Amino acid sequence: MKEIVVISGKGGTGKTSISASFAYLEAKNAVIADCDVDAANMHLLLDADFSHQEDFYSGEVAVIDSEKCTNCGDCFDVCRFDAITKKENYHEVNPIDCEGCWYCSRVCKHDAISMKTQKAGDLYISNIKNGGVMVHAKLGFAAENSGKLVAEVKKKARSRANNENKSYVITDGSPGIGCPVISSLSGANLVVFVTEATISGLHDLKRVYKLVKTFKTPSVCIINKYDLNLAMAKKIEEFLAKENIEVIAKLSYDETFPKAMSQAKTIIEYDEHSDIAQNLKSAWQKIKNLVNKEKK
Amino acid sequence: MTITIASGKGGTGKTTVSSNLSFYLASKGKNIVLADLDVEEPNSSLFIKGDEVNKEIAYTMKPIWEQENCKLCGKCAEVCNFNAILALPKGILTFPELCHSCYACSELCPTDSLPMKPHRIGEITEYKSEFAFVEGRLDLGQEMAVPLIKQTMEYVNKKYPSALKLWDAPPGTSCPVIEASKDSDFVVLITEPTPFGLNDLTLAVETMKVLNKKFGVIINRYGVGDNKVEEYCFKENIPIITKIQNDKEVARLYSNGELIYPKIEHFKNSLDEIVEFFEGLK
Repeated sequence: MKEIVVISGKGGTGKTSISASFAYLEAKNAVIADCDVDAANMHLLLDADFSHQEDFYSGEVAVIDSEKCTNCGDCFDVCRFDAITKKENYHEVNPIDCEGCWYCSRVCKHDAISMKTQKAGDLYISNIKNGGVMVHAKLGFAAENSGKLVAEVKKKARSRANNENKSYVITDGSPGIGCPVISSLSGANLVVFVTEATISGLHDLKRVYKLVKTFKTPSVCIINKYDLNLAMAKKIEEFLAKENIEVIAKLSYDETFPKAMSQAKTIIEYDEHSDIAQNLKSAWQKIKNLVNKEKK
Repeated sequence: MTITIASGKGGTGKTTVSSNLSFYLASKGKNIVLADLDVEEPNSSLFIKGDEVNKEIAYTMKPIWEQENCKLCGKCAEVCNFNAILALPKGILTFPELCHSCYACSELCPTDSLPMKPHRIGEITEYKSEFAFVEGRLDLGQEMAVPLIKQTMEYVNKKYPSALKLWDAPPGTSCPVIEASKDSDFVVLITEPTPFGLNDLTLAVETMKVLNKKFGVIINRYGVGDNKVEEYCFKENIPIITKIQNDKEVARLYSNGELIYPKIEHFKNSLDEIVEFFEGLK
């Protein structure tokens, strides 16, 4: 089983629409993982049925029993997250600021502070279009620990792929360079960067590439909206050439992405004969060739 | 007053709006500071070509093991709830990337063998342009954005207490955007009129409700998708601050890092609507 992770650094480059197109093309032989758990979107294009749900618990928050609290302030003194406030007769925890470190509960002499496990989100396994399977998640409102939820989504997708003898896990990665994206990248066989021909696209590509480099994962790149700014596209290609990263597709700026999205369709379904769909098909073929060659 | 410019979905125009708005407000003589809090991928400096006036290294405090007096009692590992400390028979191992800097190990250690020491996480840089601009930039390989976001805001709050502060927030709905929103007076959510835009807007709206924030919506690339974002805002009684027309020329100027409002009239009109909306907030 090979794991392909699509990431972009910058948002709005077309990462999810492109991942969903690959998912559609390879549905029967892949498990899809949506690791953008902060703002998961892929289910909208792949007609996910949310048939299996489980709760995801992660992290804890302190709860102060106002009856037992003597208002001594020991908890307040040790909390580094400004999560505890003094009320008239007792102290109180603001769950949004609490990191769940247990320090307050350990120093409380009156046994007034307990730690409560928090539901951080929902995890789903869905049947999708074209006979595929997708693992996805919804982070709870104002919840933390998205890196752990990403790790859980990936774990579920891998075990499903192994159990069913699927050849690929296709992962829609998280944005940025922090904990969720680091979690998305672990164990990948190939990283597909999606960038756009803008000054921010280039900047964010360079930054996220430096991170990927530390994982030593082979990578390829898709340049979206390349004709929006040909000079910028050239700069991106020069950077990629210098780093030995193959450009597997250049997609022109048009409104197929939002139009297909508005009909809940992938780019491939929207117009199979369009240049963009053809480009994505050949990109997917290149990706398969690369990962299958890589292991030998 | 502090206003956070946020969005659930990435790439909807947070940086375009916040950087253009800052120049526009400064040109009208407003005392304004912009902070780029998208510390994982800070982009505003590509559009604001100012002179660097100050740079500070940002740190968080992490425990460092000192062997001398340590009795290897294992209390530190026992009290760490993040698996950031491993007590081995012959020594203590710490994992700074898992540490949340709660100080429990350090302060509960009977022999003071785990003093907290500064650990570099990124940089805070201030630039002088037509206005003051402050950027937080997380070092590569650092996983936790929140402490840097917090320190960047503290830097601005301390140095510019009376200015109008604009926070260019990170995307999403989890810890980083919560940090960048929770102490603001108002949150602007930028979205686009597509199913992804709507889905992520509803998530961001729920987050703002949990945080008890006042918020409004800007619809960018108006005309590109469908009407469902507008319908949602009407139904939920969420103010639409402005609608920015879908325009390839805006995308082209943005792609070069150029300012948009001096060249595109409808974009400037949208900025006027935003300014007018902010005036009404006071």
